[in-house]
Amino acid sequence: MRIAYFAKVREAIGHDGEERDFPAHVKSISDCLDFLESENAAYQQAFAQREKLRFALDLNMAKLDHEIADAQELAIFPPVTGG
Amino acid sequence: MKIIHVSPEAIDTAAQLAPLAELGGGAVASFIGIARKDGDVTAIELEHYPGMTERALEELVEQAQARWSLLGCVLIHRVGRIEVGEPIVLVGTASPHRAAALEACSFLIDRLKTDAPFWKKEHHDNGSAKWVEAKQSDDKAAKRWN
Repeated sequence: MRIAYFAKVREAIGHDGEERDFPAHVKSISDCLDFLESENAAYQQAFAQREKLRFALDLNMAKLDHEIADAQELAIFPPVTGG
Repeated sequence: MKIIHVSPEAIDTAAQLAPLAELGGGAVASFIGIARKDGDVTAIELEHYPGMTERALEELVEQAQARWSLLGCVLIHRVGRIEVGEPIVLVGTASPHRAAALEACSFLIDRLKTDAPFWKKEHHDNGSAKWVEAKQSDDKAAKRWN
């Protein structure tokens, strides 16, 4: 699965995305975050305030408890501030 | 008629709105968002999520067209570095009568602020830069269209 990071999250992690294969027990967006955090402290800092994160699965807004199922791309970013 | 555009190019607001006046309606409404001179802010930088941004804007225009009797919609958002005083976003709507054009224009900018994946970073006079935090007032403005 492709993971894309934007804005403050991208800066905290240090790159704009990566390809990841998650183990079978990783089912939801929340599980993805837990898995990444268990690997690397940079993710813990970037994902520290989960209520301040927003997500998209295959270009559609999604919630933390959404199942990733066979999605191709997960994006993680702060609340949007355009306009 | 529908024009949706996301680009680093400067927005020529008059040129972009002109086609809306030629659709035979009696009303054109528009909103121009400008990079605000806030304290020592010199410029802002707009990041977006290519692919999702266009999809989110398309969806907003479709919702506006379903809800109001519109002859045309223009939705243009700039990305990249934008100097203070320059337009960031242009929303234009055309309809037979003013109420639809005005309401649809408000709807589009209110919902764009909460639904489209753009992020603003402010650049300051002393060389520092800071991400802009989302405002609760924007959530409230967007919710009134639910």
